[in-house]
Amino acid sequence: MMASPNGEVAGGRAGVEVRLEGLRRQYGSVVALDGFDLTMAPGELVALLGPSGCGKTTTLRLLAGLEDADGGRVVVGGDDITHVTANKRNMGMVFQAYSLFPHLTVQQNVAFGLRLRGVDKAEQQRRAIEMLELVGLSTQADRYSHQLSGGQQQRVALARALAINPQVLLLDEPLSALDAKVRAQLRDQIRRIQLEVGITTLFVTHDQEEALAIADRVGVMKDGRLEQLAPPTEVYARPATSFVAEFVGLTNRLDGDVRAGRVTVRGASLPLVDPATPDGRVIALVRPEAVTLAAHASEETGPLVGSVIAATFLGATTRITVDLGDATIMAQLGTAEAAAHPAGSRVSLAIREDPVLVAGASPAEAPGSGAAPSGE
Amino acid sequence: MASVITPADAMERGAVGRVARMPRGGIYGRRRRRLQVFRVIVLTLFAAFFIIPLYAMVAFSFQGSTPGTHTLSAWTSIISYPGLLGAIEITLELAVITSVVMLALLLPTMIWVRLRVPRLRRVIEFLCLLPLTIPAIVLVVGLAPIYRQIRIHISLSALMLFGVYVILALPYAYRSLASGLEAIDARTLAEAARSLGASWFTVIARVIVPNLWQAVLNATLLTVALVLGEFTIASLLLYTNMQVALYDISRASLNAGVLFATSSAALLFAFILLMILSYVGRRRERRRGAAA
Repeated sequence: MMASPNGEVAGGRAGVEVRLEGLRRQYGSVVALDGFDLTMAPGELVALLGPSGCGKTTTLRLLAGLEDADGGRVVVGGDDITHVTANKRNMGMVFQAYSLFPHLTVQQNVAFGLRLRGVDKAEQQRRAIEMLELVGLSTQADRYSHQLSGGQQQRVALARALAINPQVLLLDEPLSALDAKVRAQLRDQIRRIQLEVGITTLFVTHDQEEALAIADRVGVMKDGRLEQLAPPTEVYARPATSFVAEFVGLTNRLDGDVRAGRVTVRGASLPLVDPATPDGRVIALVRPEAVTLAAHASEETGPLVGSVIAATFLGATTRITVDLGDATIMAQLGTAEAAAHPAGSRVSLAIREDPVLVAGASPAEAPGSGAAPSGE
Repeated sequence: MASVITPADAMERGAVGRVARMPRGGIYGRRRRRLQVFRVIVLTLFAAFFIIPLYAMVAFSFQGSTPGTHTLSAWTSIISYPGLLGAIEITLELAVITSVVMLALLLPTMIWVRLRVPRLRRVIEFLCLLPLTIPAIVLVVGLAPIYRQIRIHISLSALMLFGVYVILALPYAYRSLASGLEAIDARTLAEAARSLGASWFTVIARVIVPNLWQAVLNATLLTVALVLGEFTIASLLLYTNMQVALYDISRASLNAGVLFATSSAALLFAFILLMILSYVGRRRERRRGAAA
């Protein structure tokens, strides 16, 4: 359990609601944020996900007060803080770049914010050690930043951000400079601490796996606007737009034909995410996990029969790419199952009846687009 | 036939030392030895180039009235030579004032530009480096009317030279501080401090400047060295600093020993200052390293 500088128990403190209303930010002729709206519930962790230049870091910086909005409001805990300077906002922030003060020890870094608040020395020390214990670095208190690994530096930065008992925690791609293993460990640690402290947190990342793993809700951004804000499972399973479907996870783009609220894709009739989709030819976005081996694989030909041209080992699962003749399709199978179908072998596939999102017109109506796997 | 000793053979024979030396033999060993000799020769030549004139100057300052005799009279007469001690005092004061004013003006400006108005960086750089391209005589022609007014209305003291010395020191101080600023991620440090509640003054004074310590020391050292060696402007503006006093002594007196003793003392002072500054810098580094 943690105590605030004035002795208040931080662990028991409920987070505050954060509202970003119609935020606008423009750099010259480039519109970074265009009427951005976001409401975060108290204690919630929202991850903003999107490609470079989509405005996610700008959003975080506007919330932190490090930049001024051209329009809109920032409301935290019911108070309009749009015009409050960064040093008066009481927000803890962890940066993408290592941001520990090189001339201070780990403990002095963590106590820095408390010192500025006039907390007495003994309390500063006690609180700093408490925060360092929280991130598992109390034994490194007397070291300097150059004596720590990247992961340790980011943990100290997290301790420093939390030491001031902030209203909101802002994480600006804090894991992007770390190697994969440390990244996964620190990601889990951040989530554990966030839940323990109960602080409202905005986490900005371009790594979909990170966002899906850590957040209560994921906001997928494009061109300064939110495309979808929903729990990770929903963003993945029921993407609101084709951009979300293609940005989050891998997607097969296959020709389809919509009739009466269902779409027929290579002979398989599938339900639609939006049953009100008008009839016509479309591109169906099908997840590789929805593509399975057919139960009766005796057929030699068919719309979903083809040759395995590549296999990517992912641990428990393996992703195979199958050439169907006029298109390629990816299927994510159990590794043992995939091992029975090495490259060059013929397979017969089926598509599971998961709701399917459709995008635009099919190649027949829009020459130039092709049926192919897409996404990261 | 020459026998070939493999590392394994040598190990078996217990000749571990020979094994360790083996790769140094042959063509690589000869090349390394030649490089070593070349290094020693170059270093010796350079050392001689610098040290022999200095040695001659110091030796001459101890020269007695007859060849082969030595005396401290030139050194002791520094104190008694009319006006010299005052000129040394003025120069030292100028060094301190110039360094303080230069740092007070340049450091916050550079940090502020770096953090808040980076688009002005090139302009500031251009302005600061400009004095390098202006000959001293041009500066004097430009500044003479100003100094005439200063003499009439404000002060006769040579301490007023600090203004022009700050301008002269700008390029050197700017380069030192700029390289210091480039070595740290000033923007991220400032934003981290701001998010923790620091005012802009606190950001500069307690976060950025402490991480520019070495750059500040270097800028100070260069400024002091410039002031200690400056002659042209002081002389043309009719002020007397240490260099001008030394020049006067050399023209007015036959006692060249005082001239060399004073020059040696000025050089010694610069060396001591350099050592103090580098010691302070190293001690800070050691203190940080010792915490490992």
